[in-house]
Amino acid sequence: MNTAGNILHGIGSVRAIVIIALCFGLISAKLANAQASIPAAPEPLPPKGPGWPPAVRDNTVFAHVLFDQLEGRASSSGTLFRWDGQGWVGTDMNRLWLKSEGFAGDGTVSDGDQEALYDRPIPHMRYFDAQAGVRADLDSGPTRVWAAVGVEGLAPYFFNFEPTFYIRDGGHMAGRISGSWDLFITQRWVVQPQAELNFYSKDDPARQIGSGFSDIDTGVRLRYVLTRKFNPYIGWAYDGKYGGSARYTRQSKEATSNSSFVFGFRVWY
Amino acid sequence: MSTNGRKSHRPNISISRRHFVQGMASAGVLAAFGGNCLPALSESAEQKPTELSGTHFELTLDTLPVNFTGRDSVATAVNGSSPGPTLRWREGDTITIAVTNRLKESSSIHWHGMRIPTEMDGVPGLSYRGIAPGETFVYRFPVLQSGTYWYHSHAQFQEQTGLLGALVIEPRDPYPVEFDREYVVLLSDWTDANPESIFSNLKQESDYYNYHRHTVANFIGEAKDKGAGSTLKERMAWARMNMSPNDIADVSGAAYTYLLNGNAPRANWTGLYRPGERVRLRFINGSSMTFFDVRIPGLAMTVVQADGNDVEPVVVDEFRMGVAETYDVIVQPTANDAYTIFAQAEDRTGFARGTLTPKLGLAAAVPAMDPRPRRTMMDMGMGSMAGMKMGGMKGMDTSGTQVMDMSGMNGRKMGVASMTSGGSTMPAMSDDAHRAMPGMQMSNGAGLTPFPQPGLKTKPIAEPRAGAEEVKLTPSKPLKMRVGPQVAAVPMTVSSRLNDPGDGLENNGRRVLTYADLRARYRGVDSRPPTREIELHLTGNMQRFIWGFNGQKFSSAEPIELKLGERIRIVLINDSMMEHPIHLHGLWSELENGHGAFNPYKHTIIVKPAERVSYLVSADTPGRWAYHCHLLYHMHAGMFRTVVVS
Repeated sequence: MNTAGNILHGIGSVRAIVIIALCFGLISAKLANAQASIPAAPEPLPPKGPGWPPAVRDNTVFAHVLFDQLEGRASSSGTLFRWDGQGWVGTDMNRLWLKSEGFAGDGTVSDGDQEALYDRPIPHMRYFDAQAGVRADLDSGPTRVWAAVGVEGLAPYFFNFEPTFYIRDGGHMAGRISGSWDLFITQRWVVQPQAELNFYSKDDPARQIGSGFSDIDTGVRLRYVLTRKFNPYIGWAYDGKYGGSARYTRQSKEATSNSSFVFGFRVWY
Repeated sequence: MSTNGRKSHRPNISISRRHFVQGMASAGVLAAFGGNCLPALSESAEQKPTELSGTHFELTLDTLPVNFTGRDSVATAVNGSSPGPTLRWREGDTITIAVTNRLKESSSIHWHGMRIPTEMDGVPGLSYRGIAPGETFVYRFPVLQSGTYWYHSHAQFQEQTGLLGALVIEPRDPYPVEFDREYVVLLSDWTDANPESIFSNLKQESDYYNYHRHTVANFIGEAKDKGAGSTLKERMAWARMNMSPNDIADVSGAAYTYLLNGNAPRANWTGLYRPGERVRLRFINGSSMTFFDVRIPGLAMTVVQADGNDVEPVVVDEFRMGVAETYDVIVQPTANDAYTIFAQAEDRTGFARGTLTPKLGLAAAVPAMDPRPRRTMMDMGMGSMAGMKMGGMKGMDTSGTQVMDMSGMNGRKMGVASMTSGGSTMPAMSDDAHRAMPGMQMSNGAGLTPFPQPGLKTKPIAEPRAGAEEVKLTPSKPLKMRVGPQVAAVPMTVSSRLNDPGDGLENNGRRVLTYADLRARYRGVDSRPPTREIELHLTGNMQRFIWGFNGQKFSSAEPIELKLGERIRIVLINDSMMEHPIHLHGLWSELENGHGAFNPYKHTIIVKPAERVSYLVSADTPGRWAYHCHLLYHMHAGMFRTVVVS
């Protein structure tokens, strides 16, 4: 094989080629060598220089915040401001996830739930992430801090599903299931049914929470995709307390359920 | 910008072509001096990139105010125009290109499809560090091939912002198919949006740019045609997997304006011809994310070249161009009439358009776009024809090596035959290149590399002790893919789809080019059978917008190691629901489409959903070569590997 290059160098003239061509029948095997041949002696590749960037940066950090609910809720008992949003920062495989929701009105904040979770896709699952971190009930009531473990993702049929389990001092346990689904009427008109349910293992009278199924917040919103990131909407929402939580709420002379007209924006960036 | 204006020696170059070449003083150049007060490229006024020829080039990369859409925006430009000037080289010449970066960020130029030393390949992180702001990098390499190619930045998202241009390399020998006039038709997708925002948006909402989702409204329309029951059943089948048959392009006309030689459809790029002339159109898909379906209503197109390599002429009405592919076609309009060059995006959200006309001002009707393609169960690899496809696949599996053995034998015979016909002339290319570039020619005493491009006078490379021992093929271990965060689907069956023109082009009443139609005009130079098979799955998760090979992104994968001189078979299996144009730098990809020794040489190969494609690669050039999906955002999402040849 090494001879190939030598032959090429050695020939180096038209005449030689012509001669070879004329008697090709005799020396056809050599003839094939008259062109390039298979390189045999690998030369060591010069190393990458210092400060070379990666060829592609596929582990970039991204950050997004989505407020599914940023709305006024008008009911017979007055108008409240409601927010429910989530944001994340991180790479494909490692993210810090922040969640916040609550009601504000009449100078008080209620149902204030703030969470900070580490998030990672679950191996062998296509669309679900595991999340673990802390939840802080921060509002006008007494503060509670929980450890949180949950999953969040896309169940079949594009159903957003987000169950979370919480535990805190004193053996208190809690569970939350929330879900939503986007029904596209047209490319720009979307109906979104949504629900969030809360469960507690023990009473917490200071926060008007009774054990068992505690409360539900559900609604249907009709939004218009003005731009992908800005969707004004109107809708109907219902929030109701049950069992022990309803009892505590009644004791403080508050309504155990509200049916309200909602209006607001779904925004993300 | 200096060029040593070398006169073209080619006999069939027409005066009109030269007129075209010189008459293209672009307003973009003026704008470079005029600053912000001059809109460089307006929405309606037609602009054409300039053309530079010679052996020495000076290119300057800088920002440029542009207006493609009616809104002012900023492009990354070459010599004050976007797309940049067309560079015209000549096979056998040694080219120097001094590229000065006046951008605020690091930049690069990659010569797409060029077989050049790895350090000249222009990939930051593999070839070099990139070109830092204010720095000048001098590329210098021998041109050992001919054909239509293109260049673009390989840094950040500068390709999307317009840092690209056409590359035309004149062959040393006469063109095998004559023509009277030629035009470059460079297609691209322009967006006023920041590409980094596009990428970020896709990470949060992968169907952000898709305004053709399933809706109640289109359900009603579809139910009228197909019945509510079957429509619902079909939609449920897709929704169960959280996938959409409407996922054709990740970035659509919602963000893109499609350009032809830098002209929006309304600006209507125009090429002149005299009736009866043979016009060579050098189509280049220089877009970031868009597949184009190209046709010229009223004109048949004769495809004569694909990815810079001559093919046996095929007459078609339409062809699909994957991102980064090139096709040269010859048309011969005889009527004294205008024709529309119509390049619709695969997802039918827009089109690029130009006009061929015998006199300025004349334009032809612009056709309506075709119905939007939809993914089928075939794309998912779970069609009802599974049995049939299995059969096809089995055939491919077993016959693959046999085909190669045969071609190897034929190769030797043909090498002799071609020698008799062209034997009295020198092997012009290699010898000349050798003389021109004593320092850079990578001769290592064992022979010349890279192997020459197949041509009329190209002879096959030498074989090590021909026929002495049987070459054993080490097959790749079939990978058992499993679904996970980075793999949303694993098709039950994969098939060869080389005869399939692609989603949305089947049975449209037109002659549409398929990969099976591509037969190389010249015999391949390396007739050795492959000794090794490398199987790679194209994987991704659309919802998460993660893409990779074998379920791994670039950052978590090891390079693919090839031994210098070895010949391998790459088997690509597309596990995803989208086409991927896979581009291997530095080495040819010889598509195994059943033409044996005449399998076409390509640099970019489309792999359709649930398709299995194989091609042969001669690892004849040492280097660190980029190997990636040429959909820009797929590449940045991780669909990239390094191929090390050493």
